[in-house]
Amino acid sequence: MSLLKWCFKKSLWVFHFAASPCNNCDIEILDLLTPRWDIERFGMKLVGSPRHADVLLLTGSINKKIAPKVKEVYEQTAKPCIVAALGSCGCSMGIFDTEVNYNRAGPADNVIPIDIYIPGCPPKPEAMIMALVKAINKL
Amino acid sequence: MMLILKNLFYFLIFPGLLFLTIAGCLLHFIDRKITALVQSRIGPPWYQGFADFFKLLYKETLVPKNANTFLFFLAPLISFSGTLLASIILLNILFGFYQSFIGDVIVIIYLLIFPSLGIILAGSASSNPIASVGASRESKLMLGYELCLLISFAIVILKNNSLFINSIISNQPVIYSVSGLIAFLTSILCIHAKLGFVPFDIAEAETELIAGPFIEYSGPPLALFYLSKFILFLFLPIFLVTMFWYSANIIFFILKFLIIITIMILIKNTNPRLRIDQAVKFFWIKLFVLNVISLILALIGKYYNILWL
Repeated sequence: MSLLKWCFKKSLWVFHFAASPCNNCDIEILDLLTPRWDIERFGMKLVGSPRHADVLLLTGSINKKIAPKVKEVYEQTAKPCIVAALGSCGCSMGIFDTEVNYNRAGPADNVIPIDIYIPGCPPKPEAMIMALVKAINKL
Repeated sequence: MMLILKNLFYFLIFPGLLFLTIAGCLLHFIDRKITALVQSRIGPPWYQGFADFFKLLYKETLVPKNANTFLFFLAPLISFSGTLLASIILLNILFGFYQSFIGDVIVIIYLLIFPSLGIILAGSASSNPIASVGASRESKLMLGYELCLLISFAIVILKNNSLFINSIISNQPVIYSVSGLIAFLTSILCIHAKLGFVPFDIAEAETELIAGPFIEYSGPPLALFYLSKFILFLFLPIFLVTMFWYSANIIFFILKFLIIITIMILIKNTNPRLRIDQAVKFFWIKLFVLNVISLILALIGKYYNILWL
């Protein structure tokens, strides 16, 4: 079983779910694939389907319309999976406070259980890599 | 008893399942590493293929609610068993463990249809609109490339006057003639389409169809699909080298194999994806005509006994 766990650590496939973001974090995620940061060194790659995914990367402050879809995608993801909230919005609502904004469903952990929080607006690519490495080591 | 053990060894261990798995996973690493180098990245570590495959075995299997469960699980098995059988037959003959039998080329060509068939079945069985679009594209692409591939193999069979792999590999390689060279080059493009590599990855187009027929698959069935793809990427170039460019020296054989692999990976990394109509037109109007011309050349060469034609 430990061998399989090691394989899981060395090949995390990331599904990027944009839950009403401002696209700032989404653009920063694409930086991870470029030659400068090259996330493929750790065996990670972006996949298109939540069925293939090991990491569910949520960006954005989750509004009330997308919250059921977030739950649905979480249920569709093959377990075991890591859920990461990227950006200040997903972690703590950032500037979209629920007391001011009537249409937000609250921070991401109100909707689904979150394993990693990556704050920043947007977080640096180094911060994202560090968070993912920390998550791998905790597995 | 010893015979059974020996056969099991041939099928499961040396040129069989274990060897093919290890070699296929390593080849997947080479593929991704060269891709990374072309894009001036560092790329994955050497165990990436193994890690991907065993991780998928560790994951949960999900079945869509409206899917046909039997066909949903049959599809990866068909795809995997076809690939495995074809490669075991070829490698056992090449290593000399088994004798060549009448029409073994035809058996291998038939078995090569199974992976594509499995993909079409997977797309149709998983009750997802995107997957069924992928399945229909795969079947159209199959209509495109199969004809060209068959004519290229027909040229080899015609020039060697034989359906045995043993006699094909003992004759002069076909590639040292005009028609053979054309057939070799077109067949590289055909196996490119069969593997679903980039100019022809229309069926699983990552940016438009997400993963095409594989979209609903997770866990071990997906791992089987991936493994059959890795093994196919190992097996098809070996088959081409055997048919067109065989050399008994194993080092030269591996070098020729690596040349084909490198050409394919470079084509993959320097071309954008075609539309399905462009791909079918490419195969039917350009490659098919080219192949028919080279077939006619081969027939003329055979009739007048000109070896270089």
